[in-house]
Amino acid sequence: MSAALFLAQRLTAAILAVAVLAHLVLIIAAERAGLTAGAILARTHHNLVLLAFYVVFVVAAAVHAPIGLRNVLVEWAGLQGRGLDLAMAALALLLLGLGLTAALAVYAA
Amino acid sequence: MSSSPSGGQPLAVSISRGRGERFDEFAVPRREHQTVLDVVTEIQREQDETLCYRFACRVGMCGSCAMIVNGQPRWTCRTRVSEAVDRKGRLRLEPLRNLPVIKDLAVEMTPFFDKWRDAKGFFEPGAAPPQDFVKVAPSSPQRQAADEGIECINCGVCYAACEVVAWNPDYLGPAALNRAWTLVNDERDQGQGARLAAVTAAEGCQSCHTHMSCTELCPKALQPTYAIAGLKRLALRRAFGRKPSPDKSPDQSPDRQG
Repeated sequence: MSAALFLAQRLTAAILAVAVLAHLVLIIAAERAGLTAGAILARTHHNLVLLAFYVVFVVAAAVHAPIGLRNVLVEWAGLQGRGLDLAMAALALLLLGLGLTAALAVYAA
Repeated sequence: MSSSPSGGQPLAVSISRGRGERFDEFAVPRREHQTVLDVVTEIQREQDETLCYRFACRVGMCGSCAMIVNGQPRWTCRTRVSEAVDRKGRLRLEPLRNLPVIKDLAVEMTPFFDKWRDAKGFFEPGAAPPQDFVKVAPSSPQRQAADEGIECINCGVCYAACEVVAWNPDYLGPAALNRAWTLVNDERDQGQGARLAAVTAAEGCQSCHTHMSCTELCPKALQPTYAIAGLKRLALRRAFGRKPSPDKSPDQSPDRQG
């Protein structure tokens, strides 16, 4: 793993540690409060704070996950080279696209 | 020969032969304070002169007799049979992992030392050593950080214990990175730029998973894991564009002492 990937993975891990915790607390709080899907969407509608939070969450996950998976594939499956890098870049874009689509959909709903 | 001068059953020993093609079984008399190296030597002298292994000093100074003893890399000269046998009182001996086997219990150490070279694990005096003279206080944090890793005798136990080397044969490994760390903390050395570039390259310190097998099994009680952690901190400083000075705060390192 290059120093740049190492740094990116550690930085995004720090973000994800907080983001995952906040996400779980949010889910549990909403569930315990007995909110319906409609009530939740009413609260997320045009909520810029939540949008910003989930955009940061999605970007961090889209960077973090492919680096970790790449490391696993290098060490456990012996894969390497440009093909692997391109596949991981594609995975990052997929995660980014799906995540941002979801975050924007909840914001705009 | 089946009698044991110390009494009891002879010791059952399985030894990997050739390049791991098979295990041969031997029975060796038990003796008081017998080491694993004593056992191997007795087998070669008394039972099978074709058995190939490597040793020199027999007293834990040269590091050449390391083997896998019942699954763990160890110095055989400093490992007593009584502390190494399995529950049934048997010994299973194999060559060190992660290195090419020459024959039986002897491995080719060239890849191991190639990585020392690749990690710039040698002192670089610069163009004019007499003019570069530096006073190094024994109490300085850098000198103490170097002291913690300087006693390595290149036995290869940590390298054979490292899972990351097993997964990725290009990884520099704990011994080479530990050596690089001692030199990073050497104020006299003039080759820090090239060394940091080498140890922070793709197969360098960032690949360490901190499993700590090297630190757990080092016969000299060195702590390559912490040396690698120091290099990782330098890698981060380098990535942030800060001057990659060595660790100035050894107090922050883990408490374990060698």
